[in-house]
Amino acid sequence: MAQRDATTERGWPIARFLRMRSAPSWADLISFLLLAAAAVLIVRGAGEASQPLAALRATPVTLDVARLPEYALRTTLRMFAALGASLVFTFVFATLAAKSRKAEMIIVPALDILQSVPVLGFLTFTVTFFMGLFPGRQLGVELAAIFAIFTSQAWNMTFSFYQSLRTVPNDLDEVSRQFGFSAWRRFIRLDLPFATPGLVWNIMMSMSGGWFFVVASEAITVGNTTVTLPGIGAWLALSIERQDLHAVAIGVGAMAVVILLYDQLVFRPVVAWADKFRFEQTKSQEAPRSWVYAMVRQTRWLRVGFAALAWPMRQIGRIDWSVPRPPALRLGGETSRILDIVWLVIIGGFAVWAVAVLAGFVSHTLNWSDVWTVTGLAFATLVRVLVLIVVASLIWVPIGVWIGLRPVWAERLQPIAQFLAAFPANVLFPFAVVLILRFKLDPNIWLSPLIILGTQWYILFNVIAGASAISTDIKEAARIFDIRGWQWWRQVALPGIFPYYVTGALTASGGSWNASIVAEAVSWGHEHIEAVGLGSYIASATAAGRSAQVALGVAVMSVFVTALNRAVWRPLYRYSERRLRLD
Amino acid sequence: MTAILDRPLVEVRNVRHFYGKSAESNLLVLDDVDLTLFDNEIVGLLGRSGSGKSTLLRSIAGLLTPTGGSVAFPAPATTVSMVFQSFALFPWLTVQQNVEVGLEAKRVPAAERRKRALAAIDLIGLDGFENAYPKELSGGMRQRVGLARALVVDPSILLMDEPFSALDVLTAETLRTDLLDLWSEGRMPIKSILMVTHNIEEAVLMCDRILVFSSNPGRVVAEIKVDLPQPRNRQEPAFRALVEDIYVRMTKKAAPGEVRDGLFPGTGISMVLPRVSTNTLAGLMEAIAGSPYSGKADLPQLARELQYEADELFPIAEVLQLLRFAELEGGDLRLLPPAFRYVEAEVDQRKQLFAQQLLNYVPLVAHVRRVLDDRASHQAPARRFRDELEDNMSEEYADQTIRSVVQWGRYAEVYAFDETADLFTLDNPS
Repeated sequence: MAQRDATTERGWPIARFLRMRSAPSWADLISFLLLAAAAVLIVRGAGEASQPLAALRATPVTLDVARLPEYALRTTLRMFAALGASLVFTFVFATLAAKSRKAEMIIVPALDILQSVPVLGFLTFTVTFFMGLFPGRQLGVELAAIFAIFTSQAWNMTFSFYQSLRTVPNDLDEVSRQFGFSAWRRFIRLDLPFATPGLVWNIMMSMSGGWFFVVASEAITVGNTTVTLPGIGAWLALSIERQDLHAVAIGVGAMAVVILLYDQLVFRPVVAWADKFRFEQTKSQEAPRSWVYAMVRQTRWLRVGFAALAWPMRQIGRIDWSVPRPPALRLGGETSRILDIVWLVIIGGFAVWAVAVLAGFVSHTLNWSDVWTVTGLAFATLVRVLVLIVVASLIWVPIGVWIGLRPVWAERLQPIAQFLAAFPANVLFPFAVVLILRFKLDPNIWLSPLIILGTQWYILFNVIAGASAISTDIKEAARIFDIRGWQWWRQVALPGIFPYYVTGALTASGGSWNASIVAEAVSWGHEHIEAVGLGSYIASATAAGRSAQVALGVAVMSVFVTALNRAVWRPLYRYSERRLRLD
Repeated sequence: MTAILDRPLVEVRNVRHFYGKSAESNLLVLDDVDLTLFDNEIVGLLGRSGSGKSTLLRSIAGLLTPTGGSVAFPAPATTVSMVFQSFALFPWLTVQQNVEVGLEAKRVPAAERRKRALAAIDLIGLDGFENAYPKELSGGMRQRVGLARALVVDPSILLMDEPFSALDVLTAETLRTDLLDLWSEGRMPIKSILMVTHNIEEAVLMCDRILVFSSNPGRVVAEIKVDLPQPRNRQEPAFRALVEDIYVRMTKKAAPGEVRDGLFPGTGISMVLPRVSTNTLAGLMEAIAGSPYSGKADLPQLARELQYEADELFPIAEVLQLLRFAELEGGDLRLLPPAFRYVEAEVDQRKQLFAQQLLNYVPLVAHVRRVLDDRASHQAPARRFRDELEDNMSEEYADQTIRSVVQWGRYAEVYAFDETADLFTLDNPS
């Protein structure tokens, strides 16, 4: 997970994402239509292929502690499989977007929207779709789970890689061209290394988000069939069904151990290694450290082992795919303009087709009153999200600043905050349900905090990072002029942390919308409690298998998330960039 | 060094280059440039930023295709290699890997690659650093890597784009001397060196021939042969006289007729203005008014004493000239009466004086003020003026010009500016 400098601007592609324009454009609308049409087609396909569900012969999950390590391992493997898929997707689509202006026109706005789509809502349909591909076999469900994780990981990675490719330093580009690098060599020597630090941070963020989805996707109920995959998520689902609080606690503990191991054994070493690709030619003040990485580098036999692992990579790097470079086609302004028009016409055609598909689908099953209901529910969830962001900020900003200003504490607590951000909060929901039931609380209010349970930590660790980045000069100046109390907050602390805070709050807000789908409707055995909102609407439509309503709910949520980003977070971020930085 | 063969290595004929998409609206950076590079010579392209000398170098390197004209290599198998101002090293590769990168692209077998790279590293004085990463090296060391990387591929011509300008004075001088030694001892495999520089002394120190470029658009205004024997001594009278001569040529007005508009590209309100702070302007006037100059300073001497590169000093001097605070002539900067009044004055009088000169001689400032006076609200968005400028110049230049005008006008209290709203106003915050 992130070291402190994760949140400095460089390693943080969200920052670059935030700097993008905020006005909606035609490209956004068209991307949205195309994506929605594609989703509708998948949903339809899934509906047609739903019969093999019953035929599935899965090994039943049991609450046997001896099997927990195996479950944990399988959950982790699913995460890494999805990560692999995300990387392939990233390399293909980011490169395409960076190298071709025409592809860029579609891919970039599409990524922007996909980042805001609550994938959790689609889980049911992807499961039935993939099972349709492999009838009667567990592989289909596995793939569906992996796909769900993939959809939570891929977009920001692609975005980061694309941004890196677009910002490859001019002089290095010239060196590569002057020496006549082949396309492959350029990728290996220049593009990939340059993009690595940003990509690694994004993989980290993606993995943190991914644990949430892997837990949610291992036990899925469609109609009255429940499909389970052996894993921690399924273990938890089973314990909840049996109302076994003890088993829930064991599952939560196992999750914590898994994330801790993954962090220490995989992530930190990778981050420490990736530091050598940072572009700054000066030595960084504080290089990320990892005891595993240090050990591998210092222990002979480990180094040999790793060298053996790295060997195939080196060979791939060494291969010189001598693809003859196509002679640079010099198109006159006229020709390229015509090609642009042709391309726009093709996209326009697809957009019209998308509208037709959507209209056909929607008019079949939905009417306007559905749209109004869903929009109303979305406002309920919006209020919940905003109120909770405010509440979480009021709690965590002072605490984060306090910690950030004390380097000793910051160093100790920062990793914990990051660990908490990666921890899938949904595994804790049962405890909340038990409390609500015991004290007979109003679910509309008391389910709400669950939305932000997992995402508040993004605010905390960003604020810590921001506060520790306030320069000593400023702190000393504040001391000398005796700036205290409210004036100190207004003129020193808040402006100092603001850009970091916005980044954290944006991440928290996006995650909270997604979480609302599992947080607004929670079960404990036969007990089921719900809060009014878009999340519970999607959840109940999913459980009942009403695909059109799910699609509508998901679409409305995407629009809300995108609008919130554009209307609130990006302007705030740009404001902070313009006014609160001195460079 | 004097043995110049007949057959040229590079022939550049009538090269023109525009930046931007269409020819009408955009900047002509190179206009009708000819250049011939012969065997066994070091040629310097000397000019200010915006004179297109880097563009010319990149045309020869094959990194860009000029809009018009031809670049030919008459001798068979002529190859080029380049050294960059920013070193352009791959931070994730070691010194040796960086040096090998060009050979790798040429598919030279690993063993030979290693041998040649080590030889180049040795030649350039970097042995012992083979396994270091660039971030562990000082600037001078990094540029040595850049040099080794360029030499290892055995180019006929070494192209250098301001190779020493990112280094501190002492390091740069050591590197220059080392390079000249290698060159005169014939230890580098190259036939010729073509270097871009904006440092007049550097050009005189190193080159056999100097092409002086004018800016906006870039043209060759003079070709100067340097016959001083190597190694050259900066203190020698002949050396100094040559530097002085080049200063004069570089400050000469482009054409008679255009007395002051010709200073900066563009005319009237759409003149591209450089970013020079009012503090710097005041500082320079004070320096020249005081001893030992008492109102008139020789630019090379001034540059040396104030530790300015010629390239940095020129825009300041020219803004002073634009504001009629000073007059540039024959390599001298002479203060005019308003400048003396300015230097004598108190803060408020200074501002008034500056405002007067601005309104009289910077058409854009006068224009902004007029618009503000005319409007009932006394407000005008900067966007409006930026758009106006962009009809005649690139977006970047328009932005730079607006920023200059904002800074000057704010100082002189001709108008106020609200950065957040991007708005010119007449209200003065009190």
